[in-house]
Amino acid sequence: MTMKTVFKKTNGLTDNPTHYCPGCTHGVIHRLVGEVLEEMDILEDTIGVASVGCSVLSYEYFNCDMTQAAHGRAPAVATGVKRVLPDRFVFTYQGDGDLASIGISEVIHAAARGEKITVIFVNNAIYGMTGGQMAPTTLIGQKTATTPFGRDESIQGSPIKVCEMLATLDGTAYIERVSTHDVPHIQKTKRAIRTAFETQKKGLGFSMIEILSTCPTNWGLDPNESLDWVKENMLPVYPLGVYKNKEGGN
Amino acid sequence: MGKVLMKGNEVIAEAAVQAGCKYFFGYPITPQSELVAYMARRLPEVGGLFLQAESEIAAINMVYGAAGTGVRVMTSSSSPGFSLKQEGISYLVGSELPAVVVNVVRGGPGLGNIQPAQSDYFQVTKGGGHGDYNIPVLAPASLQEIVELTSEAFDIADRYRTPVILMGDGMLGQMMEPVEFGERTESELPEKNWATTGTRGDGQPKIITSLELNAEALETRNEALQNKFARIKENEVRYETYKTDDADYIMVAFGTVARLTMNAINKARQQGLKVGLIRPISLWPFPEKPFLETRDRVKGYISVEMSAGQMVEDVRLAVNGHADVDFYGRTGGVVPTQEEIYQKILTVTGGISV
Repeated sequence: MTMKTVFKKTNGLTDNPTHYCPGCTHGVIHRLVGEVLEEMDILEDTIGVASVGCSVLSYEYFNCDMTQAAHGRAPAVATGVKRVLPDRFVFTYQGDGDLASIGISEVIHAAARGEKITVIFVNNAIYGMTGGQMAPTTLIGQKTATTPFGRDESIQGSPIKVCEMLATLDGTAYIERVSTHDVPHIQKTKRAIRTAFETQKKGLGFSMIEILSTCPTNWGLDPNESLDWVKENMLPVYPLGVYKNKEGGN
Repeated sequence: MGKVLMKGNEVIAEAAVQAGCKYFFGYPITPQSELVAYMARRLPEVGGLFLQAESEIAAINMVYGAAGTGVRVMTSSSSPGFSLKQEGISYLVGSELPAVVVNVVRGGPGLGNIQPAQSDYFQVTKGGGHGDYNIPVLAPASLQEIVELTSEAFDIADRYRTPVILMGDGMLGQMMEPVEFGERTESELPEKNWATTGTRGDGQPKIITSLELNAEALETRNEALQNKFARIKENEVRYETYKTDDADYIMVAFGTVARLTMNAINKARQQGLKVGLIRPISLWPFPEKPFLETRDRVKGYISVEMSAGQMVEDVRLAVNGHADVDFYGRTGGVVPTQEEIYQKILTVTGGISV
């Protein structure tokens, strides 16, 4: 009797084991991106740009040509790649420290220029790789290594809402915020990533998917508690939804 | 094609276009802005692309992205902006990506001013950014030489997979001279099979990165880089000598200062003083050979610079105590006059014997 294949790992990822912590959703998000690239049959025409932070080694995991950018500069590097190779697919994979702090200028201007790239923006409200420091996306009251008494708005200001901000720019074509805290939302996340790459395929402009993610290690929670924490604490500050859809008229 | 009258900054741009550079990512800063404007107008004519970045930091990272696809690409700036590019330049070195970066040097430190200077010598020749590295630096002294060296800069970049710096001063960027763009001789260069253009047709994914978490593996990579630097030192030294054969004293100067110094030497020669010139064209690798050949027979060297004394350190290393090394420099954007340099020659040599 021959066994029927009911599930297999996406060809969009390499066979390298990832270094991500247990319960971190980077692995899930990698898989979703890999599946979309495979399903669209564009793996061979894609150049990914890795950033600095926990996902610095993402070039080891995506099964396509990859280049590794300096901290925050991935959208500028992606601009250089895409402007030379306009018929290829170019995406960046960035965390919230990389994109919303040191790289906020690069992402704003790439969006304003309407660069036909896709930004996968993973927001877990903290710096993971360096050991749990405050990110621009850290919630008010959230304790981190550099906000040991909780983020105080009067001292550290308030969280940056990247989707809302970039949606104001005419160069953006598709902006959506999604989450990975349960299976239905993970499925929605995959659809959003697909829409972003389709947007790039149509040459409509800049696309970004912000994905709410976990950091059990630096949040000091177990994986299940972390998923609940996203739902209970992040969703009210970072409402899910489509913030820009040029094709759809908003 | 006959001679055309052009501004130095425009000559750099046109020479780059003729060397096959179709991509330019720039940011305005005086005194190199004409270069950016020229590229904006010129590159669309050759099917290329000019993009004004939001900052020097973004520009050098766009260069990084474009260089990774295997095309010839350039950016330019002046001192404060060049400092901002250092992070990206270090990444270009670490990831072994070819590119040409122009620094039209102005007075510093800090915002300084917009007058000509050579005070970025340390920065361009001693690494500049983080990590163990050197970058080939070419310093033209005339607009015609810009034509040749810009073309060579791209060849060196491709041959060794390294960024190359073209260093001029504000004077060279702003002055006008007649230049001729001759036929370029195409060099034989290695194939860019490492470029990240998608895996279609070539199977395995290619990765461009400067990251290596394993200490031993990074050391191995650094050794490979050092071997490459040694090859560059072996093959890419460029310099010119002027009346050094019978010289008692040898002046050392690069860029436009070398031209002023040459005039001062001619005046001294008329007075019977045996003075010559070593003009480094590659600032790194620094030309040691003309010093090794002369240091045991001359009385001394005088380094003349638009800085407080930077290249003079390399002169001392090359002379290594075999002769005296003196220095004359002006800073802050002040260009030394031919007369000042002549007076320095008189002081050091003991003047004209009557």
